Amino acid sequence: MKNNVFKRIWNFYYEGFTNMTSLGKTLWLIIAIKLFIMFFVLKLFFFKSDLREYDSFEEKSDKVIENLTNPK
Amino acid sequence: MILASLVDLSRLQFALTAMYHWIFVPLTLGLGFIIAIMETYYVRTGNEFWKRTAKFWMNIFAVNFAIGVATGIILEFQFGTNWSNYSWFVGDIFGAPLAIEGILAFFLESTFFAVMFFGWNKVSKKAHLISTYLVAIGTNLSALWILVANAWMQFPIGMQFNPDTARNEMVDFWAVALSPVAINKFIHTTTNGYVLAAVFVIGVSAWFLMKKREEEFARKSIKISAIFGLISLIVLIWSGDGSAVHVAKKQPMKLAAMEGLYKSHEGTSIVALGVLNPKKQIADYYENPLRYKNEKPYWFNISIPQGLSLLVNRKMDTYVPGIEDILEGGYVYTDRNGDEKIAPPVEERMALGKLAIAGLADYRKASKAGDEEGKEIAYRQLMDNFDHFGYGYIDKPQDIVPNVPLTFYAFHIMVTLGGFFLLFFAITIFLEYRGIIGKHKWYHWMAIASIPLVYLCSQAGWIVAEVGRQPWTIQDLLPVNAAVSGVSPGSVKTTLIMFFILFTVLLIAEIGIMLKVIKKGPGA
Repeated sequence: MKNNVFKRIWNFYYEGFTNMTSLGKTLWLIIAIKLFIMFFVLKLFFFKSDLREYDSFEEKSDKVIENLTNPK
Repeated sequence: MILASLVDLSRLQFALTAMYHWIFVPLTLGLGFIIAIMETYYVRTGNEFWKRTAKFWMNIFAVNFAIGVATGIILEFQFGTNWSNYSWFVGDIFGAPLAIEGILAFFLESTFFAVMFFGWNKVSKKAHLISTYLVAIGTNLSALWILVANAWMQFPIGMQFNPDTARNEMVDFWAVALSPVAINKFIHTTTNGYVLAAVFVIGVSAWFLMKKREEEFARKSIKISAIFGLISLIVLIWSGDGSAVHVAKKQPMKLAAMEGLYKSHEGTSIVALGVLNPKKQIADYYENPLRYKNEKPYWFNISIPQGLSLLVNRKMDTYVPGIEDILEGGYVYTDRNGDEKIAPPVEERMALGKLAIAGLADYRKASKAGDEEGKEIAYRQLMDNFDHFGYGYIDKPQDIVPNVPLTFYAFHIMVTLGGFFLLFFAITIFLEYRGIIGKHKWYHWMAIASIPLVYLCSQAGWIVAEVGRQPWTIQDLLPVNAAVSGVSPGSVKTTLIMFFILFTVLLIAEIGIMLKVIKKGPGA
């Protein structure tokens, strides 16, 4: 039976990952740890948008205009 | 070290992350093409040697790509948290280029990256080669859109400021994307990556020659990289010349700082080599004029007469303004519409900037009160003075002068090392064609030592571009003190330390893994 294109793509990636060298596995591990730290630690706990407390676009605009027109 | 303020801490954090990010990026930009050239030889000759060679450098590429990927996202985190006014002010301009970058990076790189690494025995040789080229092109196209955004900050065009939202809205995408500053910046930055990659490959290959291992692999890698590097370096120097012309017209203060040029005259010299006098402080120009006048700008310098005039104006007897001249005004500059204008003194621009800011405040009040006539008057006041908007946040005229020693030395380090690499590639090609490149230990050591030097050169270039444009986050429109968020300095310090640790660990991992891959060699 001839595989369809999606099945072939799946097999391509599946075989690629399962036959990966130890270097490839190490690099993927580093990527995973790095992305976890960046998105689930830094972004969630340390890098919240300064304008997050304002819900609407208008409120955010107002806040920035207030900042820009009342320089410290 | 005691840091002055939230602005300094936020700048330090951004500089640290940007510089670390730029350690990882340039090798990827150039190495992709070097690998593609090697693989082209493999497809054309069918010689397994080239496949083995390309695969070795692909492993190096993979290490660098894996460690560096997504490190730029941290810069985007900082935009929202530490630079929220800036982020809001530019939002619509950055949206399109960064969205294109995201789509290209994701689809082009990730799709063909997989074929490049998993597809050796699964797709045809030609299909694999096309994938390798597309990965190389994809990484460069990603860089294009980031550099378009950066160029807009240096020369903001193609937009209209909306006083209802305080956002700049893109009105001409092509003016932003094809801005001469953006095109020049793209060519200069990517060819810098090519030169860096070429020097890197030559340096690593020289190590193999020194160890008398894999000599054919090393010599052929050197041959390809030296020619690729030399051609790239010639384009790099040409675009650097174009960059100087743009900077002279659009960011004259940056050029003055690059040259340590305080007071100018017709037929301005260029400093080939010099040591600045640290006692020459621009603050004294206003606060202690006698001391300022008595201090010479350099302790020592070797200058080429009329060189700077020739470089930026293409005429030897022309005038290039120095720092004092810019503070006093009266020189010709190019505004955002591309029109040449006589620059007013900075103090006058500060007053005009304050008028623009007052116009924005009045517009907001009139808008809330439903006063249409008041809105119209305020809008005129804002837009008539918008080119000076950012000057309204400047406290003292000397605040528009960037850190002169840092800009000056970074520029001269970059140029000197650029000259060295020209010589380096020429020597490499000469030794290789004479067939004696494996015999000279001095050359091997020089090639290995060139690896850190080329990274230093690359970083110095970014210091010139970014420190030299201070205090502006957006040239003339938004200085750092108005762009910064209201976050606490303590939280910026905490994240600064976290980034430093994270990036240092990544760098150590990169170097460690790369050394392991290199020691194994292409035969592994």
